[in-house]
Amino acid sequence: MNDVNGSRTALTGVPVGGDHGSGSQGDGSAAGYLARRTLPLAVEFARQFRRRRTLVMFGLLLALPWILVIAFKVGSNSGQPGATLRISDLATEGGLNFAAFALSVSASFLLVVAVALFCGDTVASEASWSSLRYLLAAPIPRDRLLRQKLIVAMAYSAAAVVCLPLMALLAGTLAFGWHDVRVPGTGETIAALEVLPRFGVVIGYALVSQFVVAALAFLLSVGTDSPLGAVGGAVGLVIVSNILQAVEALGSLREFLPTFWNTAWLDALAPQPEYSGMVKGVAVSVAYSAILVALAFRRFRRKDVVS
Amino acid sequence: MKFAGKPVTWIAVVTVLVVAVAAWALWPSAPEVRAQEQRIAVVDGPRDDQRVTLDASFFPPAGGGKAPAVLLAHGFGGSKQSVRAAATRLAQEGYAVLTWSARGFGRSTGQIALNSPDYEVKDVRQLVDWLAARPEVRLDAAGDPRVGVAGGSYGGAIALMAAAYDGRIDAIVPQITWYDLADALFPDAGGKGPQNGVFKRMWAGLFFSRGGPTPGVGQVPAAGGGELGADQADRPGLPLTAQEVRCGRFLPEVCDIYQRVAETGRATQDAIDTLRRSSPVSVPGRIKIPTLLLQGQRDSLFTLAQADANARAVAATGAPVGVAWFDGGHDGGNGEVDWIHERTAGWFDRYLRKSADAEGAGSPFTVTRDGGRDPGTRRPVQLHATATGYPGLSGASTVPVPLSGPDQRVANPPGGSPSSISAVPGFGGLGGTGNLSLSVDMAGQSAHFDSAPLTAPLQVTGSSTVRVRVRTEAGADGAGTDAKPAGEPDAENGGPEGDGTAGDGEATRDGTAQGKPGGGEVTLFAKLYDVGGGGQAPVLPEGLVAPVRITVPEGGVGEATVTLPAVDHRFDVGHRLRVAFTTTDLGYSTPAAPAVHEVGLASQTLTVPTNPSLRTPATGLTWWTWALPAASVVVAAVLLLIGRRRRADRHDPALETVPLRIDGLTKAYGNGELAVDGLSFTVEHGQVLGLLGPNGAGKTTTMRMMMGLIHPDAGEIRIFGHRVSPGAPVLSRLGSFVEGPGFLPHLTGRANLELYWKATGRPRQDAHFTEALEIAGLGGALDRAVRTYSQGMRQRLAIAQAMLGLPDLLVLDEPANGLDPPQIREMREVLIEYASRGRTVIVSSHLLAEVEQTCDHVVVMHRGRLVTAGPVSDLLSRRASGNGSGSRLEDVFLDLIGENA
Repeated sequence: MNDVNGSRTALTGVPVGGDHGSGSQGDGSAAGYLARRTLPLAVEFARQFRRRRTLVMFGLLLALPWILVIAFKVGSNSGQPGATLRISDLATEGGLNFAAFALSVSASFLLVVAVALFCGDTVASEASWSSLRYLLAAPIPRDRLLRQKLIVAMAYSAAAVVCLPLMALLAGTLAFGWHDVRVPGTGETIAALEVLPRFGVVIGYALVSQFVVAALAFLLSVGTDSPLGAVGGAVGLVIVSNILQAVEALGSLREFLPTFWNTAWLDALAPQPEYSGMVKGVAVSVAYSAILVALAFRRFRRKDVVS
Repeated sequence: MKFAGKPVTWIAVVTVLVVAVAAWALWPSAPEVRAQEQRIAVVDGPRDDQRVTLDASFFPPAGGGKAPAVLLAHGFGGSKQSVRAAATRLAQEGYAVLTWSARGFGRSTGQIALNSPDYEVKDVRQLVDWLAARPEVRLDAAGDPRVGVAGGSYGGAIALMAAAYDGRIDAIVPQITWYDLADALFPDAGGKGPQNGVFKRMWAGLFFSRGGPTPGVGQVPAAGGGELGADQADRPGLPLTAQEVRCGRFLPEVCDIYQRVAETGRATQDAIDTLRRSSPVSVPGRIKIPTLLLQGQRDSLFTLAQADANARAVAATGAPVGVAWFDGGHDGGNGEVDWIHERTAGWFDRYLRKSADAEGAGSPFTVTRDGGRDPGTRRPVQLHATATGYPGLSGASTVPVPLSGPDQRVANPPGGSPSSISAVPGFGGLGGTGNLSLSVDMAGQSAHFDSAPLTAPLQVTGSSTVRVRVRTEAGADGAGTDAKPAGEPDAENGGPEGDGTAGDGEATRDGTAQGKPGGGEVTLFAKLYDVGGGGQAPVLPEGLVAPVRITVPEGGVGEATVTLPAVDHRFDVGHRLRVAFTTTDLGYSTPAAPAVHEVGLASQTLTVPTNPSLRTPATGLTWWTWALPAASVVVAAVLLLIGRRRRADRHDPALETVPLRIDGLTKAYGNGELAVDGLSFTVEHGQVLGLLGPNGAGKTTTMRMMMGLIHPDAGEIRIFGHRVSPGAPVLSRLGSFVEGPGFLPHLTGRANLELYWKATGRPRQDAHFTEALEIAGLGGALDRAVRTYSQGMRQRLAIAQAMLGLPDLLVLDEPANGLDPPQIREMREVLIEYASRGRTVIVSSHLLAEVEQTCDHVVVMHRGRLVTAGPVSDLLSRRASGNGSGSRLEDVFLDLIGENA
């Protein structure tokens, strides 16, 4: 061992703490430092909020219902409805019908992309900006950093999933009025006030069914420096799962595909709501996402941050 | 993500695969069942003198031992092969199963007697005798086996008939079969019996042809049995006799009766008696055993009414009765083969095996309903609504539905053609499992009466009734008689000529209709339509019609209460119920003579049966809906817990004042090359230490390990005596700038610094923003987004960030990169000043001149190893003493790393 303390310079004469800006605490940390106070949620929200992709995504989600309204107004002379009433045939029946339609057309892809973006980008973009290492050296304990980022990403995802149907409800109500809901298929009507709480369930389910996408995007985000890779990987999972879903030879195995139950929320808008499909969907979603999130934490703990 | 080099991962993956393959290979498959082909000789006939050999297959119970037996009968036109799959399944579940080709079918000898008590029933009694002698069959008493009978259509009827004539049979499951064959073939929805019935000519013809000399081209689709005509007896190439081509394998008496009734279209008393002898209607009170009646909803041959009559007859004896209306029947539908098997096995489990588990027997009344579509497959899903009792076709309650519509004239076309179509017998399969409606009502032949649009959905379960009034037009030229051919004598007017014009020698399809002087008979086909809104075509549920023959006195009005077909159908909100009466139907014999009738409602009300107690059971949550998330949460917890690296801090108080001590630090890259190899050095308080080394010397890796970003493979780093690990609290006393700045490009420089400081969670006043911003020296640019900054501006902002909070140890990697000479000079002064206030600075740099001027100590690294360490002055003087001249750090450095040789 070859120490550098062989000679004393002028500086070594300065007493410890003499001109110190900070004292130290029992665990060796600087005064005022507490691990559990690091990266408050408000700070992480602020860090993410002013990003262009956040604003663009929310702008898109909030504008989509109005675009749909315009599309329905422009193309109002649609042909004869088919033998069975589809959800799109009923979109102009009223605000609630319109919101259900908007959710049905966006849940399969647009919301997937939004959720994958918020969850897949969160750690990977820090890595790509190199800011991750300064946060970790601040130090923010790794589990805590991941936890706070997951909470914020999920909150943004939830906001995305919630804001679209709510804006659709607003746009639809302004454009087509506040009417009772007409059910696809049979064309029965259900009182609007009766449907409203169920609509809350629907939005909640739409969120839960995106958990797998969120968790996978998050896991990929932890593993890569490329935000696009994490987002694309999660979206790719949805695509592959949708393709497998079309393979009928898989039989009941398909029930365990993460996207299989994604449209089960339609059952809640039937005259007699049926929740078994949604319960299964929640079970599958929670099962996958718990493991994926656990893997993300495990991976991040052990990871050498070299970005 | 990298997956290589993690043996634990691979071991886990391989283990999971091995377990999965083993589970797949070792999973208990269904026990194998081997059929034993048998030829069983029986004697039957009214005088017990006809010897017949039955071709049979015996399936021993899969479990061995003595088991209850099941006789499995096939449908009309089939053979024992038709029920082989069903027999195998029952045998796998532990029943001794005997299938046989009924006399006149397959390879059995004898002639078809239509389940006559003198023939087929006697055969079955002898099959029961045969079973009683088998060692595999459990006996209730000597010669009395524990035995059940199941079968579809023709096989269902033999189950009922055998149960009536043989007291040893313990339980039966007849499917899609009849109660009164005469009534099934000559139905009259007016309730006047087969004498007045309308001949179901197409079904009867198909039925008869199934027993014909050669196998038919098509096959009768019967969901319960799945008849196959492939096993017809091989016949030598002899030409068929006249009797053979006429009657096929039918008993001549049966054949004669068919020929007579098919010619006239009217049932003779003789025919009715013969058909009834083959029907449960002839054995009232004699079926006293548990009976499960499975009847198809799509069945225009043996309607739900036949099962209803059977259910009432058996229930009258006090025996347990189950009724199920499934999605199937002679007209197609899903068939629900698996569900039929489950119900059958459940019924036998309950009543043959006396299994304590009463659940297997199922509910007394089950109706298969459309459960929408599977979210993934988009295939129709069957739901099974159950009720605790079977209320019959009139429903548990009735709802009156007002109908409206004026009296309407309808024409009967001459020759009965073109005819309206409801279902096409024998071709029900065309519609597949879908609800393709073949229904066509010919113009001018149909009168209809509609309800108002429904305001609430109406689920009809059973037979609706409506009272109809018919008047035969006196004048031939009344409106709507355009079907009357020109030049033909006026049929209706004269009365009797109607028959006469058809010619005596020709077969008329309904010789007596319109033929009686002083009045007439009107044949109508009543249908209950579901009329949706918009452009949707009316739907005829299950394609069923109810024929009715109404007697009309001359000049008067005939009335009848018409029982419409029994259906389970949901009429949705906004839809209308429509009762239609047509004069023709493809499947039936209709009068050949042209006529015009006026049809109206005697009562403006349709009485609709409902059964609100039929409920689709809330299917309990599948086990995995709770097990899967629970298991995954456990797995997740395990993943998190075993992934913990807990290393005690083990604070070394002796090093409390030593800013940095590195001891034996080693880190290998993924490829095994050592980035840092046994590095050890100490930095004392107040030093400005230069970390020197060529590219790849391991300087940055060492700095990353100081920040807790990289886990060392060996050795340790202590900062003020505290061991460095990821997120170690002592890192809060370390300020760092390594490998370039890291900022959020969309935020301003000021926001970046403020948010960074907030992220540390430390008090704002500890940050010393003013000093830091002064060091950054960005001026007005501080409020611009970082993405607009130059390299040097980012560099200065990053160094300012590193100095936030005035850390006791400052680590800077190449701080002078991108700075111009005045800024470099300024930076040098800042660092010296910083250290002079009792803090410690570590600087890595390539600019050796810069290091020489800034640092008082240096550590020189090369290829991950420490080359030398010590005060700059010592190094310089060492070399100076070597070659006598003044020296620069650059020379010393190159010497040290061996590049200056």
